[in-house]
Amino acid sequence: MKHHLVALLSGLLFGLGLAVSGMTEPDKVLNFLDVTGSWDPSLALVMAAALAISLPGFAWVRRRNASHGTMATTHVEAISMRLLLGSALFGIGWGIAGYCPGPALANLARGSGEAVVFVIALLAGSQLARLAGSSR
Amino acid sequence: MPTDFTPVSALIGGALIGLAATLLYALLGRIAGISGMLNSAIENPGERSWRLLFLAGLILGAGAWFALASPALPARTGFPLPWLLLAGLLVGIGTRLGNGCTSGHGICGLARLSRRSLVAVLVFMACGIATTTVIRHLLGGLP
Repeated sequence: MKHHLVALLSGLLFGLGLAVSGMTEPDKVLNFLDVTGSWDPSLALVMAAALAISLPGFAWVRRRNASHGTMATTHVEAISMRLLLGSALFGIGWGIAGYCPGPALANLARGSGEAVVFVIALLAGSQLARLAGSSR
Repeated sequence: MPTDFTPVSALIGGALIGLAATLLYALLGRIAGISGMLNSAIENPGERSWRLLFLAGLILGAGAWFALASPALPARTGFPLPWLLLAGLLVGIGTRLGNGCTSGHGICGLARLSRRSLVAVLVFMACGIATTTVIRHLLGGLP
């Protein structure tokens, strides 16, 4: 029960933050990426403000967990070809339409036809990559 | 279409996103990565309910702002369909292979000081900037 309330509250804050910050406007995102044109640096400030909370927040959680001896926090961090290729493809898709997964979902709230199409294509792409990966 | 630089709402919205991610990590030990959450909600029935609640909350939270915003914030329309489909496919494939997107790698991964996430963020930012620049300044926009 508590888990569910926390998840719902966190989701509400996340979605509210996306909309308040204007990151639900794909043109604002594309203008952030258009550094040599009509540059809009807003996205950089969104990231900076989010990290200003999450960096100390996550550090505090890790210290708390370490002192309780719960939750292993060390893991192997290999930079794989898969990570590089995946991030590159994601960046290209992001730069074409200006949607990443969170803002695309948020746009469903106002009945955006673009978001419906984008989310269906996103789910198809993800399942395609999953099937291709498991058949190898 | 040009947009205004909106530093105040960017900082307030960003802080809300950071707070949401910290809450989920502190109380559930979970990473607020939207692409991963979406995939797991579909593929992992055992732990589906809290993920669906988070995703529903995300949509409702944004919806509340859209409903209250004045002047109204209409969704973009008129983006060419084939390019929209291609973009969605690439984002779906890419976030599956790279295990994350702007939220998982960008907000949570960097907050966890993950080297993988830092590399992912640098790569998708660079590729996003390159793509938008090529489309707008070399091709003169999408056909």
